Amino acid sequence: MPSKPAGTLYRGREGMWSWVAHRITGVGIFLFLLVHVLDTALVRVSPEAYNEVIGTYKNPIVGLLEVGLVAAILFHAFNGIRLILVDFWAKGPRYQRQLMIGVGVIWVVLFVPFVIRHLTHVFGG
Amino acid sequence: MSEIAAPRSSSRSRSLKGGGRNRSGQTNFELYSWLFMRLSGLALVVLVLGHLFVNLMLGGGITALDFGFVAGKWANPLWQVWDLLMLWLAMLHGTNGLRTIINDYAEKDQTRFWLKALLITAAIVIVVLGTLVIFTFDPCLDPSSTLSVCK
Ligand code: HEM
Repeated sequence: MPSKPAGTLYRGREGMWSWVAHRITGVGIFLFLLVHVLDTALVRVSPEAYNEVIGTYKNPIVGLLEVGLVAAILFHAFNGIRLILVDFWAKGPRYQRQLMIGVGVIWVVLFVPFVIRHLTHVFGG
Repeated sequence: MSEIAAPRSSSRSRSLKGGGRNRSGQTNFELYSWLFMRLSGLALVVLVLGHLFVNLMLGGGITALDFGFVAGKWANPLWQVWDLLMLWLAMLHGTNGLRTIINDYAEKDQTRFWLKALLITAAIVIVVLGTLVIFTFDPCLDPSSTLSVCK
């Protein structure tokens, strides 16, 4: 065992950066989920307490962070499906490259309408 | 069971055993964990993307979110079950994912132990709290509620 985990800093092609991105988005989503359950729990305190905290989600800066969160979730979700297909679908490994492109296409197709709608709400257009 | 002092096995191999990661087939834990990540991932695609669509895309999106919005949703048992499943599956999936990451990066047994203890404690607190919130929610906390149960 090397004293530093040398194998974890991948340098290379798609499979490697997508693995790093899957990991980073997974941790980010998990941390957000912890906070999000806590803020939702305020519905047990009072309507005022809940509304005040949920109000911060409507602030423009937080609104931009939400765009980042959704970008991360969409990537993690469809990259996750790609991983599942590579593992379970007999032809998955042969279509690695196409699957990777598919993740990118679905990501753009879902992300663009979301950004437009969400920023319209946040910036009150 | 009586214990016989083990030959000097390295602390590392002991920790591998404890984590169920040995190759000699004592448990299938890692196999089930691998499978669970994939099955829960599939369910989460529907649960999480559905949640985002209904809360952020439909109607007023984020501007419409308030106590009344939550009350309206949880008046429907479908959304209670939806949110409960999403909470449990996302927490189990995320916690298990973080366990893998801790195993990958934390080298010392002590560091691993404490990071995992922190992870499991946080996960239990959040799952129990979230579950209680869904089941004990009282829409009538809002005096201006227009829901029929509050009249
Ligand atoms: C939306 C649908 C989702 C899908 C399809 C999905 C899919 C996956 C898959 C297949 C893995 C296993 C990767 C492997 O074994 O190498 C994984 C790992 C992981 N996921 Fe998800 N996931 C989803 C949602 C989530 C959510 C909501 C969270 C956070 C609460 C999350 C956090 C993680 C973490 C932390 C890992 C570990 C990453 C690693 O070991 O490198 N995922 N996901």
